[in-house]
Amino acid sequence: MGQAMNQGVLQAKLWYAQRISAMVLGICVAVHLVMIFYAIRGGLTAQEILGRTQGNVLFAFFYEVFVLACFIHAPIGISNILQETFPKSAIAKPVAGALGLLILILGSAAVLGVYTGGAL
Amino acid sequence: MSKAHLKVKVWRGAEQGEFVEYLVPRNPNQTVLDVVTYIQRKLDPTLSYRFACRVGMCGSCAMTVNGVARWTCRTHVSQIVQGDALEIAPLNNLPVIKDLATDMREFFNKWKGAVGFFKGEKTRYDDFAKVQPDSQERQLANAGIECIGCGVCYASCEVVESRPNYLGPAALNRAWTLTNDVRDIQQLERMRAVAGDVGCHACHSQGSCTEACPKSIAPTAGIAGLKKLVARAAVRGSKWGKP
Amino acid sequence: MSSRPRLDSRAKSHLSYFAYACHRFSGLLLASFIPLHFLMLSQSLRGAQGFEQSLALTDLRVFKFGEWALVILLAVHLAGGLRVLIMEFGPWNGLRKGWIQLSTLFGIACGLLFLYFAN
Repeated sequence: MGQAMNQGVLQAKLWYAQRISAMVLGICVAVHLVMIFYAIRGGLTAQEILGRTQGNVLFAFFYEVFVLACFIHAPIGISNILQETFPKSAIAKPVAGALGLLILILGSAAVLGVYTGGAL
Repeated sequence: MSKAHLKVKVWRGAEQGEFVEYLVPRNPNQTVLDVVTYIQRKLDPTLSYRFACRVGMCGSCAMTVNGVARWTCRTHVSQIVQGDALEIAPLNNLPVIKDLATDMREFFNKWKGAVGFFKGEKTRYDDFAKVQPDSQERQLANAGIECIGCGVCYASCEVVESRPNYLGPAALNRAWTLTNDVRDIQQLERMRAVAGDVGCHACHSQGSCTEACPKSIAPTAGIAGLKKLVARAAVRGSKWGKP
Repeated sequence: MSSRPRLDSRAKSHLSYFAYACHRFSGLLLASFIPLHFLMLSQSLRGAQGFEQSLALTDLRVFKFGEWALVILLAVHLAGGLRVLIMEFGPWNGLRKGWIQLSTLFGIACGLLFLYFAN
């Protein structure tokens, strides 16, 4: 009974975290879509991208929030899909964990990269 | 290809079996229940099926008609016939006893599992409970209170199919109406019962239950309400199983 | 002799289920793509030249198609996600089918906008 209850609490918290991160992502993605349309006009070069992001604290902050929201949102979603598609196997947690790690590390590296422009 | 006859495929057997085709004379204003009744009375007396009121208030005659769960007494043949063909099978997601009759025990056991029953603390010696009919809670409860336990929503849900322990839309809807019943004193037990993957968190709002419900109840709404309730309690930790 | 019938596409042929399926599918593809996206962007750590070199990869047609598809998936997942949030946190007003139609239009619009802006 105690274990079932803890399971319930965990599921509730995960659901809540996924929904809150979804709300954050809603804003981030909307902004990002607008930026994509603005940026791709006339092609996309590294120079152009870095010209906008290098040294820009606001962009860095925005993208890091974006990365953190993805880090919460995507692994929970993937975990649900895996648990339902492969109910008897135990791959949900490790795959979700791996995805989370990749998002956090690569994402933060990307934010660092476009902020510093390689001038570490 | 006679216009005067229907080609009706009916599931015969149990978990294993086959579809057997019967030719049924077509009549105006014919319901699917009329068709099944005709087959059993005139063509094949060994056919097993359930019905009771035949006027759409008991829910006993629910079956899968052309792949969709419906009340057969309230489904006109003209509404769903494909050319001159009909396919009638038992409700999905429930064990088949014989032919078109399913074992409803797991369906009703899950109502119990979701604490989908009332328990109050007043006795006959106390004054009446006062429930405001226009209060938010009562209106939320009223939106789901008309459920007659026909099983159509349960039979339509993909999550029920993929998760054998999932309580299902009917049980969770009933739990939601009782959550909003100010007289009930089992709110904590109910909340524990409906949390987790066995309960509301397994629902993906696919909406098949809400689409299929013959009483226009929206279990999706009740389940969404339960998700919010449980999440708030889990995050605050206050009412969640502190001994 | 065969097994009893199970839920098939006839039971799932309604708008709300379609919305769920699109949301799940787009989410799965986006989750698979995001690490790659971050990996490419992190090449910026190599400085403008190094970044430019890896960006040159994306000039291939298949990448251009992929970018277009991902913008559409992103738009669909965003709109579908907002619908889920409204259904779960907002006052109940049905399965929000108008929202599904809007999401589809939004996805198409984003796809077209991408083509327009990307010359």
